[in-house]
Amino acid sequence: MTGILEYSFMQNAFLAAVLVSVACGLVGTYVVIKRIVFISGGISHAAFGGIGLGYFLGINPIMAAIPFSILSSLIMGITSKKVKISEDTAIGILWSFGMAIGIIFINLTPGYVPDLMSYLFGSILTVPVNDIIIMFLLDLIIIITVLLFYREFQGISFDEEFSQVIGMPTTYIYLLLLSMVALSVVVMIKVVGVILVIALLTIPAAIAKQYTYKIGHMMVLAVILGIILTIGGLFVSYIFNLASGATIVLVLSLGFICSSVIQKLRNAL
Amino acid sequence: MVVNAVEINDVCVKFNKHPVLQDINLSIEINDFLAIIGPNGGGKSTLLKIILGLVTVDQGEVKIFGEDPGNPSNPIGYLPQHVSFDPDFPINVFETVLSGRYHGFFKKYSDEDRIKVTDALREVGMLEMQDRQMSQLSGGQMQRVFIARAIVREPKLLLLDEPMASIDPEMQNSFYNLLLKLRERMAIVLVSHDVGAVSSHVENIACLNRKLYYHGAVEYAAASLEKMYKCPIDLLSHGIPHRVLKKH
Repeated sequence: MTGILEYSFMQNAFLAAVLVSVACGLVGTYVVIKRIVFISGGISHAAFGGIGLGYFLGINPIMAAIPFSILSSLIMGITSKKVKISEDTAIGILWSFGMAIGIIFINLTPGYVPDLMSYLFGSILTVPVNDIIIMFLLDLIIIITVLLFYREFQGISFDEEFSQVIGMPTTYIYLLLLSMVALSVVVMIKVVGVILVIALLTIPAAIAKQYTYKIGHMMVLAVILGIILTIGGLFVSYIFNLASGATIVLVLSLGFICSSVIQKLRNAL
Repeated sequence: MVVNAVEINDVCVKFNKHPVLQDINLSIEINDFLAIIGPNGGGKSTLLKIILGLVTVDQGEVKIFGEDPGNPSNPIGYLPQHVSFDPDFPINVFETVLSGRYHGFFKKYSDEDRIKVTDALREVGMLEMQDRQMSQLSGGQMQRVFIARAIVREPKLLLLDEPMASIDPEMQNSFYNLLLKLRERMAIVLVSHDVGAVSSHVENIACLNRKLYYHGAVEYAAASLEKMYKCPIDLLSHGIPHRVLKKH
């Protein structure tokens, strides 16, 4: 079993698992407590437009996905606040629009697109060093932002109206939070793919929420759970030769089910 | 001349071209204890949001202690309607009240802020529960914490949106006693759809259903209410006169 650690692709995979877990623990906590799961799902799918754009322009799709997903998160945030259509309608439209753009760009790209599937469903075993560095930098931005705006993010998550009354520019803070969701989506794309990103953004934080009543603790616990479950999924996929992204999501889901059952039993006793 | 806490002149508000508030004129003095009553959908919450600066008026003028509404330095404490909270949110009592001391970006809470929080929690009788998770509190306890969060900013005007909705009837008296204590140093305006519940405690009432139908002392409200046909019918069926009229 320890033999597999000697492969450099495995070391990269472990690094990727840790980096992904940092993003999912910090941002996922807000996704869960502010109940912005659906808009986060929209952002992650719309990010595929950026992947397609990257292929089309011949640059690293992950790099192209950064501005694209931030832009789409801002559009979704502004539309959901200002436009007189219901929020979930706006998200649904942008969700599919982003994916459609991505497919069109890939269509227009001459030649065969080799690792397209890895962006859709993830491929933790093939994360190149360049992407690891990008993920690390994005994690740094996320950590610093969460530390600087902890009070504001807590305020708008708990009681947006009161926060506005006491002088928080709540709309801007909300857009900043959605930009963090966009960045964490980019961090996760290579590991689980745009379609499964939402699992990483929600499940570790949702499990952590069952055990603590403090946002800070919830973040730390979600990061640790993310690392354990992602690496667990990696091992399962290696042993049974299964698709890594999907296996990681299955392990995450099983973790959530086990935790919920344990909580139920604990409450029943 | 003493500046009124709130001065509303000829205000109209429309949502999607439908008037929600029409021709509102209302002055709230600095030591007022006022209940705004009226049916659901009558514009009570909107009126509070105008004072808070969350809703802008389509017509008319609003002054809060002589200033424009929506300025965070306006000395207003606010208790939102209870329904807007996720009861499972990971936050404890102390943190909730501390969030009321927010000063702006990159400004940490100081020791003075924490002392004020302790004072506010003591005043509402929730100091022993400062480490409790919000979801472990009863409706009445939660309202006390939110009152503490409002008064920790040391406001001169306290706005309460349906404060009684989530409190057990037997707890309501002690809640009113808390308000009576607070009114010694601030004006209090509360909004309710239930005149019976509030009328024996407050000093003045304003009756609102799109327009302002009555504004004055509780004692004289009954006669006016009977004359005003459009004023919410449930007011009249709610035990007038023996509950609206004070003993005298």
